[in-house]
This record gives sequence, C-alpha cells and structure tokens, in this order.
Amino acid sequence: MPAMDMTNPAALPADWRDILALTKPRVMSLVVFTGLCGLLAVPQLPPVVIGFTAILCIALGAGACGALNQWYEADLDAKMRRTARRPLPDKRMDRQSALHFGVGLGAFSVLLMGVAANWLAAALLAASILFYVFVYTIWLKPRTPQNIVIGGAAGAFPPLIGWVAATGHFATLPVLLFAIVFLWTPPHFWALSLFVRSDYAAAGIPMLPVVAGVENTRRQIFLYTLPMALAAVAPWPLGLAGPIYGACAAILSFVFLVLAARVLANRTTDPAQMAAEKHLFAYSVFYLFALFTVLVVDRWLPW
Amino acid sequence: MSPEDEVIRKRQRERARIMAWLLGAFVILLFFITVAKTGMNW
Repeated sequence: MPAMDMTNPAALPADWRDILALTKPRVMSLVVFTGLCGLLAVPQLPPVVIGFTAILCIALGAGACGALNQWYEADLDAKMRRTARRPLPDKRMDRQSALHFGVGLGAFSVLLMGVAANWLAAALLAASILFYVFVYTIWLKPRTPQNIVIGGAAGAFPPLIGWVAATGHFATLPVLLFAIVFLWTPPHFWALSLFVRSDYAAAGIPMLPVVAGVENTRRQIFLYTLPMALAAVAPWPLGLAGPIYGACAAILSFVFLVLAARVLANRTTDPAQMAAEKHLFAYSVFYLFALFTVLVVDRWLPW
Repeated sequence: MSPEDEVIRKRQRERARIMAWLLGAFVILLFFITVAKTGMNW
C-alpha cells in the first residue's frame, strides 16, 4: 500500500470526535431542551418511546443543520478565531464527507420522525432544516444584517415540532413558544456579536454591529427585548399557563429588560469593556432554559 | 504495516464499532416504536 499523505484530510477517515463536533453539540442542547419542553407542555403525553424518538429526531435534525452549516462556511470559519479550530477549517476532515454526513443525517431524522410520530412533525422538521441551510446559511447570513432576525425562525421551530410530534396538530401555545424563541434570538446573538464583532468583520459577515454600528445594535437589542418579554408573559393572561409561570416569566423578562437597558446605556466600543453585553449574553441562555422549565413545571405540578 | 496504515486501521475500527452500536440501538428503537404504534400493552 503506498504511503498516505497525512496532511490531506481526504486521505484519512475522519475521527468520530470530529464527526460529532460537526453537529455542534452545544447548540444542539438548547434545541433539544426547547423541543422537549414543547413536547412536555401538551395536554396528553404520547408514549415514552414516541416522545423520546421525536426529541432524538429534533436533535439529529439540529446536528444535520450544524454539519451543513460548517460544510458551507468552512472558508469563513477559517478566518474567525472562534471557529478556526473546527474540523473543516483545521483540515481534519474533507468537506465532501461533511456534506454527505449532513444530508444523510437530515434525511434520516425526517424519515424517522414521520415513521415514529407523524408526517406533519416530519414536514416541520424538514422545513426547519431547509430553512436553516438555504434561507439562513446560504441566502441571508452573507448578505444582510437582518440575517439573525429571519434566520432565528429556524431555531424557533423545535418547541413547535415537539408539540406537533406529540399531538399531531398546531395550537396557540406552541406558536407562542415559537414567537418567544424567534424574538429572543436577535438580542441573544447581537449581544454576542457586539463583543466578537472583529471576528465577523474579518470574515466579511454583515452582522449588525459590523454594518450598522455598535450604538444601533444596542438600540435594536433593547427594542427586540420588549416584544420578547410580552410574548413570554402572554401564555398566562391567555389562559395557556398558570400564575406561577406568569410570575416567573414576568420576573425573568424584567431582569432581561434591565440587562438590555444596561447594554443600551453602555457607550464603550472596546470589547474588553463590554461586561454588560457579556452579562446579557450569558443571562439570555439562562433565561430561555428557565422560562421553558417553568412552563413545564407549571403545566405538570398540581399547585 | 506502516504507521500511517495503523492510524487508518485504528480509525476504521473505532468508526465500525460505533456504527455497530448505533445500528443495534436503532433496531431496538424500531422494535419499541412498533410496539407503541401497534398499541401492544405489556
């Protein structure tokens, strides 16, 4: 057998850890969690194995999105410090393998969802994968600073898919959960993009702070937080959640608003001094986990 | 076997082992999905 060229990623089978890294496991955890909460918020739970499979399919679909995103953005990832060590820009894997893995995983997740749960949930899962890859990654992200706003819809699908997988139909509550994640995405990502904007600028991605400036981004963060807070509290007055959820959602959203106001009041353009932005970013992750947890607890505990 | 071949074989073995576990888990999952879908009670 001739000696292999070890610097050529195509010559070496990819390590399983790199294949796993393609799926962006950290992003997947948030997607799985919101999907699980959408499923657990239903009036009548499905059999455990069907619920488990539905969440597995959401996770696999999210993994497919991560792999296809990394396949398409390998060149951009190589230019950003935060992403340069990923398997594709670091040349530990060849791009074609990532493409095959992403397409295969996506198709498998949709088919399994259709067989195990229902085909409406499978269609929603397929739509969310296609939306993330074609509308967000390929179309919007490299072209417009509103990429996060519209692209956020892809990340908002899981609670809706979880609900539909369990019930087979739409309802007001999962649509509100979709709206909460959709409106939460811009403040969450723009807070991050404020203190890593040099990375985005280096890669030529038109994130809002790069294109419209830091002050404008801070204003937009605050403006998006207002409807997000309203959507978060809305299930209570609409009778879709109890007072425990209403009180917790109001407190959590109020803290979010205070942190967003601190970001709005911040004047620095030096990422090292953007403590308010870093706090908001960290809190935004906690906020979504806490809000969805309270929704499920409020739904199932006999208060 | 050269060191390069050993690296390739090691990765192939690891991937084959993981694939076997995943396929086994998938078969078991399909069995339980079938049980749940057909409404069998046991």
